[in-house]
Amino acid sequence: MDHGAGNLVSAVRGLERSGAEVTVVTEAGGFAGADGLVLPGVGTTAAAMARLHRQDLVNAISEWEGPLLGICVGLQLFFETSAEDDTQCLGLIPGRVIKLDKAPLLPHIGWNDVELAADPIFEGLGTSDLFYFVHSYAPAPAVLGDIIGRSEYGSEFVAAARHGNRVGVQFHPERSGEAGLAVLNNFVQSCSEARRAA
Amino acid sequence: MLRKRVIPCLDVTAGRVVKGVQFVDLTDEGDPIELAQKYAEGGADEICFLDITASSDGRSTMLDVVRRAAQNVFVPLTVGGGVRTVEDMRATLRAGADKVAINSAALADPTLIDRCAAAFGKQCVVLAIDAKRTDVGWEVYSHGGRTPTGRDAVAWASDGAQRGAGELLVTSMDRDGTYDGYDLRLLRAIKAVVQVPVIASGGAGSIPDCVAAFDEAGADAVLAASIFHRDEITVATLKSGLAAAGVAVRQ
Repeated sequence: MDHGAGNLVSAVRGLERSGAEVTVVTEAGGFAGADGLVLPGVGTTAAAMARLHRQDLVNAISEWEGPLLGICVGLQLFFETSAEDDTQCLGLIPGRVIKLDKAPLLPHIGWNDVELAADPIFEGLGTSDLFYFVHSYAPAPAVLGDIIGRSEYGSEFVAAARHGNRVGVQFHPERSGEAGLAVLNNFVQSCSEARRAA
Repeated sequence: MLRKRVIPCLDVTAGRVVKGVQFVDLTDEGDPIELAQKYAEGGADEICFLDITASSDGRSTMLDVVRRAAQNVFVPLTVGGGVRTVEDMRATLRAGADKVAINSAALADPTLIDRCAAAFGKQCVVLAIDAKRTDVGWEVYSHGGRTPTGRDAVAWASDGAQRGAGELLVTSMDRDGTYDGYDLRLLRAIKAVVQVPVIASGGAGSIPDCVAAFDEAGADAVLAASIFHRDEITVATLKSGLAAAGVAVRQ
């Protein structure tokens, strides 16, 4: 989905490298025939939500039942509310987005360790790997079982979450070298599987 | 643990990488995409592209470089040079930059920092500061180091961070391209007044220079150009040297 996010180009290229045929869509009509959706995100949640409303994408995303990947702000949009400008988000996953209050410096910029749960999105990776982050906020899922990746910067924060087919990462897989490309590849695989099952 | 970063910097003009000494005497160092790929494969944590073309005619050439880099290099890209407006920043992000550095235009109108941060979030706004030592401190220069502004570098760093710069790229003009080491006093003075990451730039000539930037000045990242372009020190060699010195880096 193109809602003006800055990381669109690199996210598209990363998915293509994983064998996906990527179509950039700006409206819900474009979802037809898709096996998976990706919501990228760089910027503020308020700006991103405003654009999703303007593009009439909010309901379409909520109604989408197939694989859905959120990246950075894209993941934050999945939750109910964000502390960043008190923004109402999509409410696809119970919980809210909080500021990294204990961080030594904000934004949290750079490569940090992520402890990885045994989730299909991390297939082929170990129990921990390094990923690239650029953010000041992170999700706080209401259901602990939705947390599939944890990192630490001043205090522990949630680096990845999954709720059914909806999965998201706070880091930038499209900018995290080989480990990041593995995450994108696993998402593309899950889209292929969803297609076969359909 | 958050790792300290190593950022090769590519000064680009007319689609080629060039490098000078103290901002002049430019030499051709190669193709930006090839160099960026080489550095990323060697373990660079980010790549920085600075468009050093003075005029605005080169903008489309630069955006094309960014677009190609974004498609072929899977580490973050910071892009600066010639970004004058919120729209310029938008175009640069849309071309595939992860962060955008602003410099002269922010000095001319500091509210550009506020406006860019409001539009795209602080995390992708980098304030680049070119500083030259004076009798009493450091003065900020604009327009690629050609124009003194009368502004104090430490005060400008503090103002920029408060306005919404998510990161500061601090270049010592005195040390640029000299291999004499980073200006640690400048870095320390700025680190003391801001709560955002600071990238040390200008003067890297050896592994100990980079260790000093981290250990003695508290830098969050080191940026270097000359030493990498001429393969005097590869990114991989620098990172193993840093690790050996006890600096937490990604290897």
